[in-house]
Amino acid sequence: MCADTAIKQQPVPAGGDILLEARDLARHFDVSKPWLNRVLERREKLSLKAVDGVSFSIRRGETVALVGESGCGKSTVARLVVGLYGLTRGSLVFDGEDISDLANRTGRQAASLRKRFQMIFQDPYASLNPLWRVGTIIGEPLRFFRPELSSADRRRRVGELLEQVGMSPMDALRYPHEFSGGQRQRISIARALSNEPEFMICDEPTSALDVSVQAQILNLMRDLQDEYGLTYLFISHDMAVVKHMADRIAVMYLGRIAEIAPAEALFANPRHPYSKMLLAAVPSLEGAGKERTTIQGEVPNPVHPPSGCAFHPRCPHANERCQAEVPLLIARDDGSEVACHGVEEGRIE
Amino acid sequence: MSQEQKTPAAAPAVPKPPSKLRAFLDSDIVYSWKRQPVVIVATLVTLVMFAGALFAPWIAPQNPFDPRQLELIDAFTPPLTTSDFTGNFYLLGSDSQGRDVFSAILYGSRISLLVGFAAVIFALALGTALGLMAGFRGGWRDALIMRIADVQLTFPSILMALLIFGVIRGFLPRSMHAEVAIIVLIIAIGLSDWVQYARAVRGATMVEKGKEYVQAARVIGLPARKILFQHILPNVMRPVLVIGTIGLALAIIAEATLSFLGVGMPATQPSLGTLIRVGQDYMFSGEWWILLFPGVALLMLALSVNLLGDWLRDVLNPKLR
Amino acid sequence: MSSTPSSDKGNQGAMPAAGHEPNAAEASTPVLSVQHLRVEFPTRHGTLVALDDVSFDIAPGEVLGVVGESGAGKSMTGNAVIQLLEPPGRIAGGEVRLGGKRIDDLPEEDFVPLRGRHIGMIFQDPLTSLNPLFSIGDQLIETIRTHLPMNEKQAREEALKLLREVGIPAAEERLNSYPHQFSGGMRQRVVIALALAARPEFIIADEPTTALDVSVQAQILALLKRLCADHGTAVMLVTHDMGVIAETADRVAVMYAGRLIEIGPVEEVIRDPQHPYTKGLMASIPGIEKTLDRLYQIEGSMPRLAAIPPGCAFNPRCPHAQERCRRERPDLMPAGAGQAACWLHDPVDPLPRIDQNDKQEHAHVR
Repeated sequence: MCADTAIKQQPVPAGGDILLEARDLARHFDVSKPWLNRVLERREKLSLKAVDGVSFSIRRGETVALVGESGCGKSTVARLVVGLYGLTRGSLVFDGEDISDLANRTGRQAASLRKRFQMIFQDPYASLNPLWRVGTIIGEPLRFFRPELSSADRRRRVGELLEQVGMSPMDALRYPHEFSGGQRQRISIARALSNEPEFMICDEPTSALDVSVQAQILNLMRDLQDEYGLTYLFISHDMAVVKHMADRIAVMYLGRIAEIAPAEALFANPRHPYSKMLLAAVPSLEGAGKERTTIQGEVPNPVHPPSGCAFHPRCPHANERCQAEVPLLIARDDGSEVACHGVEEGRIE
Repeated sequence: MSQEQKTPAAAPAVPKPPSKLRAFLDSDIVYSWKRQPVVIVATLVTLVMFAGALFAPWIAPQNPFDPRQLELIDAFTPPLTTSDFTGNFYLLGSDSQGRDVFSAILYGSRISLLVGFAAVIFALALGTALGLMAGFRGGWRDALIMRIADVQLTFPSILMALLIFGVIRGFLPRSMHAEVAIIVLIIAIGLSDWVQYARAVRGATMVEKGKEYVQAARVIGLPARKILFQHILPNVMRPVLVIGTIGLALAIIAEATLSFLGVGMPATQPSLGTLIRVGQDYMFSGEWWILLFPGVALLMLALSVNLLGDWLRDVLNPKLR
Repeated sequence: MSSTPSSDKGNQGAMPAAGHEPNAAEASTPVLSVQHLRVEFPTRHGTLVALDDVSFDIAPGEVLGVVGESGAGKSMTGNAVIQLLEPPGRIAGGEVRLGGKRIDDLPEEDFVPLRGRHIGMIFQDPLTSLNPLFSIGDQLIETIRTHLPMNEKQAREEALKLLREVGIPAAEERLNSYPHQFSGGMRQRVVIALALAARPEFIIADEPTTALDVSVQAQILALLKRLCADHGTAVMLVTHDMGVIAETADRVAVMYAGRLIEIGPVEEVIRDPQHPYTKGLMASIPGIEKTLDRLYQIEGSMPRLAAIPPGCAFNPRCPHAQERCRRERPDLMPAGAGQAACWLHDPVDPLPRIDQNDKQEHAHVR
């Protein structure tokens, strides 16, 4: 499709060295029925384009957020970056090394690369092995990446990590079910920190938590970033959380990026009609009693995405070009990139 | 930095971890066990029958497998009778060979339980291995294994066991039949029973594989073998053990059925099923005890193991708690 | 808090008359009145008090938001009102009145007709309220005919009207569709139509938009608010999301550890929360209007039911906690425009505030 041109127009962000560069990432899932059913029912193969041509780059020490509604592919991007899924198309470069084949690299040979990043997951109840003690869970990356460590050293390190995330070294002896959701998320963070990664992928790390606990976890993540100079790829559906955490924000819709912009710029002046709608839909505490501007319609089924710009059926500015032609990300003066024909043509301010 | 465990939300400051025994006695399982008289009775019956089978040589008045110990003259002694000829006491009577029915039941349940346990372990190991592979690797392996399982499920398991039994016996010389009867039984019952383990393990594996703790291990780059055996296998064992308990009762019945049909244990080494087959010839000629007592023993064994299995399933089911 | 006379105990078992509708003369009677509600869970380690002395009223046509973090007892309150407590939970004290008639002591068979007819219910997952085996038309028509004296044709008209009202496009065609053929947002619209079908005077909505995307959430809340205003239906809106409360509710009740700790008009509570917990909660919510370096955080976490501290349940986490807070449990007292259960607001002998850095911590609240 438009992949090749998209790459050419991907500008290199100014300043700072790039830790991760994602070019034209795509991941299609086969969602067709089993072979026998397909033959009998004469159905075509169906593929779900969960991510289809996503390019972005992350500078060292920065927090880039991917935001969007369910089904926009933001979590898939996170899993592509850490190699949980293989790439259907595109390339990933991590600190100068091509890691597009990361999904196939496991075991010892990949250890030197894989120890440089880690992931924090959404569900604090599913992200810890229920049969293991907390100490064993946090020590797992250590056992794998630093087998030379004696078990006493490892225990000491686990104790330090627990203290670092605001827990007690004694908690290492307990099991995950003895802890609240917020404490489990701290344990997850301690595990992720144990191999001293540079890059942390956070997939909705607080959306399963209560707001007061969310504040604790977000503060903790910021403190850790300051202390270790961590780089975050932060996935969330919550605009307010993203605003609080991110330096730059990519708004995703149906497997593509609609707009990437510095956080301040996006919130002050969203360009893409979808970004505008998302921002308008955030419930406001300040204007209690006032109704939000409601967006019409819902996210369409990603197996059968609309033609052209996927957002056109819900867009108030859509015209014929939007229905026919997929818009590309185009860089603007203020450091943002927008994929919208209307913005490109100047129809939309 | 917040210290969540300093609040009363967490447990009181670092208590001594309770001993394993105390923790077990305080667990939900023991609590639930104590509340259910039926389960307590089933446990006791099971334990008594297991003990009887295990210690049969020390409990039984005679060894029913040893023809030299049988007193043909005491044939058809009714229960609770002392023989006028030999002075032997027959608690549950004797059969046409002068075999003590009580001893025969003890030795017979030994064989029934041996076949039952071995068949369950065989089916469990096979089913778990195939289920893990199908669920973890997916793709054509999954399709192949599960289609075989589907096909096998369309046959009743007894028919399956009969078929496997017949095929294996066909390959062996007739002279070996009696010797290998027990192994043939175990393989026949085990092979006809692996499907349910495979299905349960496959389903549980696919659920666990998608959980984030497994993904966390994959992000580290842990090899598949380690993920499978350290993370997934221990977490899918719970449903397997429940099925195994209920499967034990089913395997005991399957063995009895095969032996009853005459394709299982020979009359010289009778299991409970063989005893019932032998006993039914005398049902209408007045020697009812030869049939009744082995039948009751089989019923009690199968029923109490089954009740235990049902209870275990309920108490281990996270949804019901 | 209006106290309802508790003398008509003779009414037990008698459910509100079928045609009961709040009329002008009864306007002062709250649609729902909950007084000193106590819910207990007997366990083998002792009895857990899940709701402790919860009292509130909902006026006709009013939307009361019930907000709290997980485990605070907000859903439990809704479930206790409609007698859908999960066993072994049980109402151990207090009373619940619907339109002045006591309903907490009704046996199950007398309570069943109340659900749907007098109390509509909307849950988080639309699929739990809809039967997957019947078309939504059949479900609507059945609900209408169970509760209202209508024939098939009238009920069908009514069902169509409802579907149009909740904004289902091409309502005639969709009447024959099954729940799985709808998107999440459309399904929740159908559930709202179903909840309104028998024209109940009161609706309990338990996290009605939590499963939906933010853009759809706005649509559903606007719809719920408009319909309830049109029909004069009172709503108890249970949610963890302060934003949802802010734009939907008239009054808000804040719960903590099974207790009601603050209740008042929604704008006042959000602008000027009176209870230290509410204050901390409001300040810990990241907003898109403000840029902060750090979020305010309430230290610790909510106590488990088995370990609720004596006195004020919030005292171990409260920056103002003093000796009295650890000893005596505060009741709701007048505070600001509403009421708060905090000794800082004791009308006779208010505690002095001893906070050191309260002002800068609450930067989010102007």
